[in-house]
Amino acid sequence: MSPMVVAARAGLSRGRIELRQSFTNAETLWGYLFPTVVLLVVMFFLRGAKVPGTEFSLGAQTLPSTLGMTVAFGGLVTTASILTVEREDGTLLRAKATPNGMFGYLISKITLVSGMTLVSVVLLLVPGLFLFDALALDSATAWLTLAGVMLVGMVATMPVGAVFGSLLSNPRNMGLIMLPMMGLIATSGIFYPITAMPGWLQAVAQVFPIYWLGLGMRSALLPEAMAAVEIGDSWRHLETLLVLGGWAVAGLVLAPVVLRRMARRESGSSVAARREKAMQRVT
Amino acid sequence: MVVSAGAETPTSTGSSTDRGTTLDVHDLRMRYGSTDVLTGVSFRARRGEVLALLGPNGAGKTTTIEILEGFRMRSGGRVEVLGTDPARGDERWRSRLGVVLQSWRDHGRWRVRELLAHLGSYYAPYSTERTSRPWDVDELIQVVGLTEHADKKVGQLSGGQRRRVDVAIGIVGRPEVLFLDEPTAGFDPAARREFHDLVHRLTDIDDTTILLTTHDLDEAEKLADRILILAGGRIIASGSADELSRRISADAEVRWSRGGTRFVHSTGDATGFVRELFAQHGEDVADLEVRRASLEDTYMTLVRDHESGRADGVTRAFEEVAR
Repeated sequence: MSPMVVAARAGLSRGRIELRQSFTNAETLWGYLFPTVVLLVVMFFLRGAKVPGTEFSLGAQTLPSTLGMTVAFGGLVTTASILTVEREDGTLLRAKATPNGMFGYLISKITLVSGMTLVSVVLLLVPGLFLFDALALDSATAWLTLAGVMLVGMVATMPVGAVFGSLLSNPRNMGLIMLPMMGLIATSGIFYPITAMPGWLQAVAQVFPIYWLGLGMRSALLPEAMAAVEIGDSWRHLETLLVLGGWAVAGLVLAPVVLRRMARRESGSSVAARREKAMQRVT
Repeated sequence: MVVSAGAETPTSTGSSTDRGTTLDVHDLRMRYGSTDVLTGVSFRARRGEVLALLGPNGAGKTTTIEILEGFRMRSGGRVEVLGTDPARGDERWRSRLGVVLQSWRDHGRWRVRELLAHLGSYYAPYSTERTSRPWDVDELIQVVGLTEHADKKVGQLSGGQRRRVDVAIGIVGRPEVLFLDEPTAGFDPAARREFHDLVHRLTDIDDTTILLTTHDLDEAEKLADRILILAGGRIIASGSADELSRRISADAEVRWSRGGTRFVHSTGDATGFVRELFAQHGEDVADLEVRRASLEDTYMTLVRDHESGRADGVTRAFEEVAR
């Protein structure tokens, strides 16, 4: 078997092992359950409110949007934070010291982040379907759209997340990603229709993947008629694919360059220097 | 024997054809900005040899080892590890190396056996007729003495046990060259002793070349066939612990005072010097003291002076001794 195939398999098994570990670890379990519970509670209280201009439940409209947000969050934030943490603690350096270890590492992180995101999506979707009768996953098209949006969403966000993770010097700087993320979520029509926002904010939000992921998920789960409250009275599938595809291409072009540069700089002393810094912060 | 830059001038450039040579470093230079960290390091190592790179903090030990590991680009000089320039080493070359990194808290959620099996799997395609890779996991765990802890999580191990995991990771691919950077930093004496036993066991099992860095003279003496003393960016002395100590203690320090002024002189022939001294100054000589320096004394002086920024003088003295 060729070394690359061996490394790819090792990466897959590493991803699986780490995904399993994420279910037995208090910190990651909290990461799965806390946002899910909060979102479900919010939507539960929004269930009586109506989407402006319709008789449709705002809670039911919010659920698919939060699925899109979850995908974006997984691809961008989870990827970036895993990368910064594992660079600091030396995991990445171990991969570098192993033949084809970096390739295996990359495969494992794609597996892990996709798995974690999928789990988060399922955790929201299943109770959501029980909570809101208006949501329908009863056609093959709906399932395909859901799977397609998820797939394109991961490809669009994970490489960009990896770029951010490589550029951040340490895990304590995650706020540099979290704050703009929060801002984008607030303006991307996740919790309230984007058409209520001023025009320039709508324009800004439509540059980033979060809005499109929310829109894509809504198109999968909401009745056709709900397209009427969206920009252009349409689900805009082509535009969704174009914008997310653009992010995917940009990420896939940039990520290898930035990741390689970051990996090249890793050495025992750079890890030791970061440890020193982190220790100083602790004491 | 390599003493310092320029002391060894290899006549043949094709050292890699020399089958016994696993490490070949000639005139290695490293400069960060305007600071020279390495100013011409040269040494060689043969298959199965254990080399200790000894020197005070900041002497350039880690820089040297990281260049050899292929983790850091050098500014100048020639380096070959297993016949390959580390700056251009491919994955096959990497599969023949073992690197024991300083651990911190990576892979804390992994179980020991699980982690070793995983990291070992990358080496399987690089098996050769001579060397079957990777090491059988249970056998490896036994060699490093972790059998009882094989199913524990790495994060739950003690410092010494955790270090054994690091060593096991370093050797899981049955390396031909093993790099150990400060392997016992932060160890208590018992853990240190156990670690030394482990290294001895390793050199018994495989014909592995080991290059380790340490600032502990005692450790270098216990583990290494050959000690290289690195200071001021150069190797200022090298040899077995025995050779070094014999050569350095051949030199004695003569102290005396004359007319209230104190004098110090280093000489290889203390008796002759003192005879001469009395012949010249007779009764004026007072407070005479002749002292042979032990290896540790001399090394400690070197370290102290280096740290207080007066390295050059001592380095020169050391070189004189070594010559």
